[in-house]
Amino acid sequence: MKLKLKVWRQKNAGDKGRFENYSIDEVSADMSFLEMLDLVNEQLLAQGKDAIAFDHDCREGICGACSLMINGIAHGPEAATTACQLHMRHFEDGSELCIEPWRAAAFPIVKDLVTDRSAFDRIIQAGGFISTNTGGAQDANNVLVSKTDSDKAMDAAACIGCGACVAACKNASAMLFVSAKVAHLALLPQGKLERSQRVLAMVGQMEREGFGGCTNTLECEAVCPKSISVTNIAMLNREFIKAALLTEES
Amino acid sequence: MLGQKSTVRLTLGYKLLMAATGLILVGFLLAHLCGNLLLFAGAEAINQYALKLREYPLLLWLARGVLLLSVCGHIYAGIKLSLLNKKARPQAYAKAKRVKAGFASQSMLLSGLIVLFFIVYHLAHFTFKWTHRAMFQFLDEHDVYSMVLLSFKSPWVTGFYVLSVILLMVHLYHGIRSIFQTLGLNHPKYNLAIKIFGQSLSVLLAFGFLTLPLSVFFKFLE
Repeated sequence: MKLKLKVWRQKNAGDKGRFENYSIDEVSADMSFLEMLDLVNEQLLAQGKDAIAFDHDCREGICGACSLMINGIAHGPEAATTACQLHMRHFEDGSELCIEPWRAAAFPIVKDLVTDRSAFDRIIQAGGFISTNTGGAQDANNVLVSKTDSDKAMDAAACIGCGACVAACKNASAMLFVSAKVAHLALLPQGKLERSQRVLAMVGQMEREGFGGCTNTLECEAVCPKSISVTNIAMLNREFIKAALLTEES
Repeated sequence: MLGQKSTVRLTLGYKLLMAATGLILVGFLLAHLCGNLLLFAGAEAINQYALKLREYPLLLWLARGVLLLSVCGHIYAGIKLSLLNKKARPQAYAKAKRVKAGFASQSMLLSGLIVLFFIVYHLAHFTFKWTHRAMFQFLDEHDVYSMVLLSFKSPWVTGFYVLSVILLMVHLYHGIRSIFQTLGLNHPKYNLAIKIFGQSLSVLLAFGFLTLPLSVFFKFLE
């Protein structure tokens, strides 16, 4: 199949950036979106031009590295699918595709389609963990977890931190990401011990990174490749209100 | 490691202020509508109601104080959030599609601003009686019934009220449900009920408020 691409090119963070148009033939319907970009890059390199920079790692939909805004939708038109798992058969022959990086003040562009998402890492560093002593592993069933809580925690833990929620939100809010991490740990006995300090620390870091506020438009949930539910955001709000009002430790 | 005090918690704090003041304002709308519907019970009923309100000045002014604070808080949070949100995405997408977000949730600022303009006009119209001085000049100060009947004979006044109430409905269509979410009131068993409650309450409120100007304009009330 043939495609017309309009790709965001930007040399570095300081560059203003602009769209460049490319035409590409011989795209197989079985290619993934990233493989299609590989093909474009091979042609660009053959012509002695600079390849399009884009993030990728596992290409299996589990690492959260790929991050493309495809025709105005984070990770493209397929629901619950990362850009690397999006196949070209979902596009029509002769389509025009607009490819942009995530756009958010907290995710500065490094080059072309690559953004710096270390803001998410700093939010995790602020509280997205449990404090535990190392030592011999205890018996697996020592700490009991109910099936309901374990299911909910697993659903929240499915978040791969790709940032599609931020990219799709009209306010570039990181609430879905933070809520998934907060809910995941607050639901489990190991995480319950530090739940109040955790939510305050993670929300504090989220605010410092300059993400916008949540206006409950549900757009994040719609584009999330792991179908993280906005129910987690309500839980984050609940955890935050409780912690802000009742925590005795400073 | 955990337990470092963080000093900046901006958007979430403003969101909570937005939700709490929004809740108070929805409560006011319900009370206001109940009062308004007395118009259908006749001139005597609504005029007596208006007079009765004035018999408890302390209560009236307390309610007005809470309302004024809520409106100011709601606007303040709205301005602050809009500015922070704008700052969070300095460069817009060349192409942006909405997958799930509806019109109401996308236009809260616009619907809110028009409703604010309406509130100012509405107060100037009926409470302070600045805008229609000539129309009201021969009326008793507390003759609410005649004021309403005279006002909604005008297509301009009626039209603006109808437009504003519809925008209020759009605002509440997203707003009421959003209050629940922001306050963390969310449960798989009740989420659908909350959604239906929020959306139908907004439609019912709007319908209730629209009955007044429209029944006067179309001469059901004379």
